[in-house]
Amino acid sequence: MPKASTDTALLDTTYKVETPEAIDLSAQLAGPVPRALAFSADLLLRSIVLSILFIILAIGGKAGVGIFLIVSFVLEWFYPVLFEVLYKGQTPGKRWMNIAVVNDDLTPVSWSTSIIRNLLRAVDFLPLCYVFGFFTMVMTNCFQRLGDIAAGSVVVHRQKTLPLATTLPKVTPTPPSFDLGLDDVVAFTGFVERDAALTTARKQELADMLSGVTQKTGPEAVSFIQGIGCWLLGERK
Amino acid sequence: MKQQVFEQKYQGCWSRVAEIVSLGKAGYDEDFPNLFRSICHHLAIAKHRRYSPQLVERLNAQVIQAHHLFYQHNARFKMQWLYFFVWQFPQTLRNNYRFIFASLLLFALPMLAMGLACYLNPEFIYSMSSAEEVMKYEAMYDPSNNVLGRERDSSSDIQMFGFYIKHNIGISFQMFAGGMLAGFGSVFYLIFNGLAIGGVAGHLTQLGYTSTFYPFVVGHGSFELTALVFAGAAGLKLGYSIISPGAYSRLEALRIAGRDAIVIMYGVAVMLLIAAFIEAFWSSTAELPQVVKYSVGAVLWAAVLGYCILSGRRHGS
Repeated sequence: MPKASTDTALLDTTYKVETPEAIDLSAQLAGPVPRALAFSADLLLRSIVLSILFIILAIGGKAGVGIFLIVSFVLEWFYPVLFEVLYKGQTPGKRWMNIAVVNDDLTPVSWSTSIIRNLLRAVDFLPLCYVFGFFTMVMTNCFQRLGDIAAGSVVVHRQKTLPLATTLPKVTPTPPSFDLGLDDVVAFTGFVERDAALTTARKQELADMLSGVTQKTGPEAVSFIQGIGCWLLGERK
Repeated sequence: MKQQVFEQKYQGCWSRVAEIVSLGKAGYDEDFPNLFRSICHHLAIAKHRRYSPQLVERLNAQVIQAHHLFYQHNARFKMQWLYFFVWQFPQTLRNNYRFIFASLLLFALPMLAMGLACYLNPEFIYSMSSAEEVMKYEAMYDPSNNVLGRERDSSSDIQMFGFYIKHNIGISFQMFAGGMLAGFGSVFYLIFNGLAIGGVAGHLTQLGYTSTFYPFVVGHGSFELTALVFAGAAGLKLGYSIISPGAYSRLEALRIAGRDAIVIMYGVAVMLLIAAFIEAFWSSTAELPQVVKYSVGAVLWAAVLGYCILSGRRHGS
């Protein structure tokens, strides 16, 4: 099993796993709040389905009550299992919050993993309203409740794959006139690629931080840094 | 190589992977494993060369998607269930016989003790149950009734089937989950259920309702009582792994225990489903003579015990 590592130096929700392909995959762990919201949404959905079903089956008399009890049993224990395994690790509530259950090696959740984590809900619920689950979640490195710990599962944010083509700002690429370390290069290229996502004021604020190096301020500094960033990405004119 | 050249060079490969991933299983073809390895390689290169965080993130997200498709669980359901019932379940039970005996003792001793106490002392049942509950049980098994079990007419068999499923399987799941509290939850449920069942049995025997109570319970008891003991054993196994993890870390020990415990729980759920069926549709019939009920009960007990002890002994590990 790939050894999961969490960075102990920094307080971070990045979850890293080394895969058999010898690369480090990283995912963002989902904390108690999105998970509680997802659970509430599921609870609401289940209650609505059950009450509609109850009204329909009440017509069926005692046999109807029997069927209702069976369905409510299945919904109570297996609603999360069925959705998680058959629907990419997401119940409707988790889909709404854009989070998903995965095995702790970031492979799709399997039947036994999902069943263990959902049967052990009964303990996470104790003494009431998921108190145990909440405490273990905030006390473990990977936001795991008791069921997750025993089953070996984690809940992560689903990452969206961004469109491959990012629009770069229209500036003249210039080679840097000073030495850049590897992390500096990342900072420059990252700044350029985030161009569309940042407001003008924020861009200036960030660029001004480097005024000691660039000897420039304001819009001029922004385009200067962007020029270097573009050059580092490989733009030539 | 600058980032843009890198992006241009492998763009084709990435969009091909994106296409396959968006199609899911349908898109999975011979090229996919190669493509998957390529983008894993690209991700490693992109990180190593310190390309922009955006590119690394994008590749990481794509690799995760491809990873999910590549490592999806190909459930081969065809004969798996047969393998489970003939070999895996009974073998797992036998491999964990210590927990099963522990669970049996925790269940049976309180049951016998409470049964005996209630048989000898008609008042003793009230130490555990309220007067209304006792009255309800007495009414249920009063030989002057012509329906056994919970009061009902024959049309409500399905209702009781649903009730037994929800109630009994729910209890077994809680018994299992209680193991996570270092086993104390399972111990509590075992003793508590032992006391409750023993109390009712002892009290009704002392009242002389044997002609109704025992023929009613003998059939489904074969599946129900054994399944409860197994569920307790699964919980105890979880708890024991936390208390005494041996050579492993507690976490690892718990995971390993969970693998066996969940196999037992699959079997328990099926056994309780059968028990609920028998209880709802067979045990409640009052027309049949006692001898038939006892002999069917004996056959069921022999079948359950024989299955657990003998099945899957030959071939397969």
